[in-house]
Amino acid sequence: MVSKTLNAPNGYKVRISLKTALGEDAYEWNQSEMFFFQATMAFAMRRHFQMETYNVDNIILCVQTSRVSFWFVVTSPDNTTMLIPKADVEKAVRMSRHRINNAFLLSDRTLEFLGIYPTLAAPVNPDTPPWLIVFGVVIGAVCVGIIALLISSLLQKRRKEKGMTEDGQDEEDMQVKGVENGINLDGTYNRGFTDDDRFTKL
Amino acid sequence: IVLKILPNLGLGDRIPSHQELERMEKEEAGDRPKWDNKTQYMLTCVGFCVGLGNVWRFPYLCQSHGGGAFMIPFLILLVLEGIPLLHLEFAIGQRLRSGSVGVWTAINPYLTGVGIASLLVSFLVGMYYNTIIAWVMWYFFNSFQNPLPWSQCPVNANLTDLVSECTRSSPVDYFWYRDTLNTSTSIGDSGGLQWWMVLCLLCAWLLLYVCCLRGIATTGKAVYVTSTLPYVVLTIFLIRGLTLKGSLDGIKFLFTPDLNELMNPSTWLDAGAQVFYSFSLAFGGLISFSSYNSVHNNCEQDAVIISIINGFTSVYSATVIYSIIGFRATERFDDCLEGNILALLNAFNLAEGSIKEGNYAESLQNLNGTFPETIQSLDLKTCDLQTFLSQGVEGTGLAFIVFTEAITKMPVSPLWSILFFIMLFCLGLSTMFGSIEGTVVPLQDLNIFPKRWPKEAITGIVCLVSFVIALIFAQSSGNYWLALFDSFAGSIPLLVIAFCEMIAVVYIYGIDRFNKDIEFMIGHKPNLFWQVTWRFVSPLIVLVIFVFYFVTKVSSNVTYIAWNPSSEDFPTLEVLEYPAWIYVIIFILAGVPSLVVPGTAIFKLIRRCCSNKNVYGAEVDTVSAKVQMFTTKMS
Repeated sequence: MVSKTLNAPNGYKVRISLKTALGEDAYEWNQSEMFFFQATMAFAMRRHFQMETYNVDNIILCVQTSRVSFWFVVTSPDNTTMLIPKADVEKAVRMSRHRINNAFLLSDRTLEFLGIYPTLAAPVNPDTPPWLIVFGVVIGAVCVGIIALLISSLLQKRRKEKGMTEDGQDEEDMQVKGVENGINLDGTYNRGFTDDDRFTKL
Repeated sequence: IVLKILPNLGLGDRIPSHQELERMEKEEAGDRPKWDNKTQYMLTCVGFCVGLGNVWRFPYLCQSHGGGAFMIPFLILLVLEGIPLLHLEFAIGQRLRSGSVGVWTAINPYLTGVGIASLLVSFLVGMYYNTIIAWVMWYFFNSFQNPLPWSQCPVNANLTDLVSECTRSSPVDYFWYRDTLNTSTSIGDSGGLQWWMVLCLLCAWLLLYVCCLRGIATTGKAVYVTSTLPYVVLTIFLIRGLTLKGSLDGIKFLFTPDLNELMNPSTWLDAGAQVFYSFSLAFGGLISFSSYNSVHNNCEQDAVIISIINGFTSVYSATVIYSIIGFRATERFDDCLEGNILALLNAFNLAEGSIKEGNYAESLQNLNGTFPETIQSLDLKTCDLQTFLSQGVEGTGLAFIVFTEAITKMPVSPLWSILFFIMLFCLGLSTMFGSIEGTVVPLQDLNIFPKRWPKEAITGIVCLVSFVIALIFAQSSGNYWLALFDSFAGSIPLLVIAFCEMIAVVYIYGIDRFNKDIEFMIGHKPNLFWQVTWRFVSPLIVLVIFVFYFVTKVSSNVTYIAWNPSSEDFPTLEVLEYPAWIYVIIFILAGVPSLVVPGTAIFKLIRRCCSNKNVYGAEVDTVSAKVQMFTTKMS
């Protein structure tokens, strides 16, 4: 039973997926629910046209299947033989889509009006993209780390140089007072021959 | 049958003797850096060896070459190729107490080219490797939001529909190719610098600089985190993965052995290449690291332990990756099936729940029998779990497309995303430490910079120059350049260097001398296994891999794959041929480091002949090896 053959230029097909939306909490789709749908659509028409004459009888349903899916058309309250054009029905549905969905605990995806595409949510554009914030934190920490390490290297080097010049002088003083063969030698010790004894080791 | 070792004059003058080594050990002479403790050394080496390749290359190779059967060639070649080469690099570094240039120059001044080649390769590979880290950081920065930016397609400019490039491919593809890379359609179309990529690249190089600032004094501390954290994250992912539906299918798929693959020579070649590249050999970094050890450190034991850890990490991460891939494949399969079932329900107005996974095939058959034209018009997709599982991807595709998609399907996705990218970051950074070591130390040895310049300055200059050149990869066509570098800079030259290293140590330095050195260092002579592998087996394996690689690359048409939204097969990547001027670049990347080895030798020969200077004299005065030379040679 395929409903593609139905020729309803001013009608819309509705498809409801209760089990997908609610799983175990899915309610049963019966005639009372259909009545509720008619009431909701009448409300949507009232809201859009701001005419309080739309009633449940103006919403005509047909071709109900076990899917659950059905077709509906809207008649004018003044003249029940005249159908409201498709475009107007679409505008009404779009305006109250959120209310219609919530009435049935469904969503745009599970309560489909075939032919009326849901408007896409406008993207939320934060002032600073979140990634820049994380980037800022990381690069700040890294720069602090680099500066800290460089400064500590510099201080270490200064301390070493200071320490070495002091040590160097102490060594020289000791060497100058070096006693060799009991004779006090004058002059600076020539360190060039410090390792001399290694050559003669046999 | 031992090949007569090539004549090598004056070797004794260029290297410290055993007594000198003992003396240096006791007096702790020289201001050569030292490891604070053995753990730092082991963690640094493990970190250098274990890298992104273990996570995204090995699992793909495993799955595409017969699953569990791939373990056999992998383990065999690990033992015959990986461990001997590793031991050789550790031992020679520890013995000659110098970085790569220092070591090879000491063995024979004409071999300086091997060290320079290592320097060039470390430099080139470091450049593109750090770019991958920049990409990882970009994804890491973008993980701090819910929902993740790659979980859904963005809306187009006039808010009427989702962006078409995204709907035709997938949100993860779109985020990678458009939001991250903003990729152009070919390598010739540079497309300008992408500012967000430049920022991430800057961050990556600054972070690397802060860790490598003082050489092993700083990296030695950093490796406590960067080498251990990946294992923690892998374990967390394993536990998480095993609780997801379909993970065991993935693991089973990975390890199902297909022994027929062992007959295929490319399986063995890929295994050999994977072992070789996975050990980060021939970069010079390992030689450098082991030269900071004490002389009597047991390098044989270290080589075996690190090889085992490396092999284990490959297998472990393959398990984790495929448990997640199994989950993703199952999700895709379920989605595919659900889509088909929904199409059937909608077309035939059947009640929900009347067609389920269990009776899908049966119902489809029934309906096809009665309404074949309708079924045709529905254009149902074929859903096959095996196909989804075998969409095996490697490299950046695995990390940034497949895995990120799997993460979006997990609950609390931002957490898993953050963990995953921290792990990739640590894996990459610890490998970069070795790369920087392999670049900076040879530069110091070659005296390119004045000696009184501190290490901080030299490291800074290396990082700065690398960053500037790596801006190539921040262009729109950067992805294609990186693939180019990856194929050519990191493949052929390394094989050449490794082969030369083995010949140099075994036949120029002399295997007998080497054996005695090891006996001096660790107390016993290397046994028959080492002798056979060093002399014949390992060089032969490296030579075979090199010849096959070379022949394959030269004979095949060099192509690359490009993302082109206006191509016919979109979203399948388009196969393009490289323009002619790329061959110049390929030559620079692969040819120059390889040719530097004989080139330097020829250069020194010419210089010696022209100036009649004594090349063999003790003119090697390396900063990294403050060895006292005794010029007692009577001439």
